[in-house]
Amino acid sequence: MALWKPDPTFYPSSRMATAAPPETLAYIVALNPTPSNGRHDALCVLDLDPKSSTYGRLVGQVEMPNVGDELHHFGWNACSAALCPYAPHPHVERRYLLVPGLRSSRIHVIDTKPDPRNPRIVRVIEAEEIASRAGYSRPHTIHCGPDAIYVSALGAPNGEGPGGIFLLDCETFDVLGRWEIDRGPQYFAYDFWWNLGHDVLVTSEWGTPNMFEKGLVPELLLGEKYGRAVHVWDLKRRTHVRKLDAGEGYQLVFELRPAHDPTKAYGFVNCVLSTKDLSGSIWVWHRANGDWTMKKIIDIPAEPASEDQLPPMLKGFKAVPPLPTDINLSLDDRFLYVSCWGTGDMKQYDLSDPFNPKLTGSVRLGGIVSHAPHPKSGPLNGAMQMVEVSRDGRRIYVSNSLYSAIDEQFYPEGIKGWVAKLDANPSGGLALDPNFLVQFEHLRPHQIRLEGGDCSSDSFCYP
Amino acid sequence: MIAEWPWIVVALLGAYHGLDPSMGWLFAVALGLQERRRSKVVWALVPIALGHLASIAIVVALVGGLRLAGPLETCLRPAGAIALILFGVFRFLWPRAHPRWVAMRVNSLELGLWSFLMASAHGAGLMLFPILMDVMPMKGLAMRHRGHMPIIAHTALEGLAVLAVHTAAMLLVMGTIALLVYERFGLAILKSAWVNLDFVWNGALIAAGIMSFFV
Repeated sequence: MALWKPDPTFYPSSRMATAAPPETLAYIVALNPTPSNGRHDALCVLDLDPKSSTYGRLVGQVEMPNVGDELHHFGWNACSAALCPYAPHPHVERRYLLVPGLRSSRIHVIDTKPDPRNPRIVRVIEAEEIASRAGYSRPHTIHCGPDAIYVSALGAPNGEGPGGIFLLDCETFDVLGRWEIDRGPQYFAYDFWWNLGHDVLVTSEWGTPNMFEKGLVPELLLGEKYGRAVHVWDLKRRTHVRKLDAGEGYQLVFELRPAHDPTKAYGFVNCVLSTKDLSGSIWVWHRANGDWTMKKIIDIPAEPASEDQLPPMLKGFKAVPPLPTDINLSLDDRFLYVSCWGTGDMKQYDLSDPFNPKLTGSVRLGGIVSHAPHPKSGPLNGAMQMVEVSRDGRRIYVSNSLYSAIDEQFYPEGIKGWVAKLDANPSGGLALDPNFLVQFEHLRPHQIRLEGGDCSSDSFCYP
Repeated sequence: MIAEWPWIVVALLGAYHGLDPSMGWLFAVALGLQERRRSKVVWALVPIALGHLASIAIVVALVGGLRLAGPLETCLRPAGAIALILFGVFRFLWPRAHPRWVAMRVNSLELGLWSFLMASAHGAGLMLFPILMDVMPMKGLAMRHRGHMPIIAHTALEGLAVLAVHTAAMLLVMGTIALLVYERFGLAILKSAWVNLDFVWNGALIAAGIMSFFV
């Protein structure tokens, strides 16, 4: 249905979006870690309206029609990118959530209207449709682009590579086909996003589905067989431009967070692990002298630990790795949030100068060794992992699971799901909200999306 | 009815395209903002206007030429009318059928091509059909004031006049809005002012088609 005026949640610029009204709902995907029990993954609705009597509680849930989807990341059918000047379609609605199953390769189209608390599944795009029309499977990241919905896929239907990107129509949800015309040396896929003002798309690397679906393979990790590069692409020509290699020892280059301001030619990406010393790191890709390059700006060291505190995979190292598995950038491009899923820290860096990070805040919750407690619960397992930031940059929401097969490797006791909230000071600083903790029964929460948009949902064409 | 009405309509249609953000002024503003230069906004207006002009010129030349070709004249009116109606219906059914374009960094040739594609996809030239049928001379029929002029020169003159009036009106409105938004109002105005006129435009295409049968 076309609207009369642009969808009110669309903003021409990230600057304007910071003034958006605070979110009153969050959508959270949650997976059932033991599909053999026959229970389904679900999309949960969390009440975030402080005036509501059910604030901080789950108020709705949609179960997926099948078992074992492994819900992971998801996204909106339309966002502020619909206002882009060269292909505007401002009168479509931000209404449908596209929720892929990372294991099943199904994409669920979920309608959040008319009642946002009771969303409904309106269509399921089957794995076969994606495979036959795009040649891909294991859909991961969803971004509403200027002309279509872009979806990254981690591999081919047989579980090998290459992974890549395919397109969906933002209203019919038909699979439009593979995006790349020339992929150059790119084989591994994971996340993607873009610097729209520079007509550049960037992709990152994990591994093929066969390399991670049973968990991280230590031999592959220590043999540095997983991905470690960022690829820069020409968004217009759909061709590979440059491979930015993090270099020897770096493994698992994950979440891409470009500056929201399209005039800026840079962005941040997290590297989960260095095989040399188990440290994690944050890198900046940027354009210099007309070419794209990548530079490490933050090192997060591993912390010494005794063997009896560590899961089998880490005992030999006598250290707990920080495992920065997710990052998020505030809409004003100032604060970068880094979840350290190993140690349990959430770190806030001031990146007003992208090459000169300043640590401005840190909160610890859960963690492999520390099991840092929440005032409402006592010691927690798992740790802050998926992180989402409100558009005004003041509220940070976190969930604690990563990927079912990897959860067991680092938290062998099994992760009990929770979602917590941190409060960010607009001039720097981070504090745990002691009154906010959502605990899940048997499901594990993963990505969190905020009603109307958040800091990783929208792309902007204007500064 | 006053004699100038076709020209008023030609100018109003140009002004309408000038007003429509998706036809050019918004791209000009975006390019200016990207480089933080007002001169970039002004630079962008020229290829946008020329691309739009080129799209319309095709229809003008086609109708003008066929009007000269005598025997085809009888089929021209119903053919144009049906084309307008079908195009309007098509746009109702597939409102987002547009040429694929994903590029912010464009040179003047690309920007002109973009504008040409957008104008064509909206049927900007087609919309002029009933007016062209009115102002363009027809073989074998002495025209009102320019009867002494060779008919082909007359056709060219009328065609150029249509292009000039339409493009000038578009450029004037587009340029004024682009500069006002860039300098004064800012893009927040999009949120309230970008009303969906697709229904009106698509309806107008169909109405113009029906009208063409009779004018």
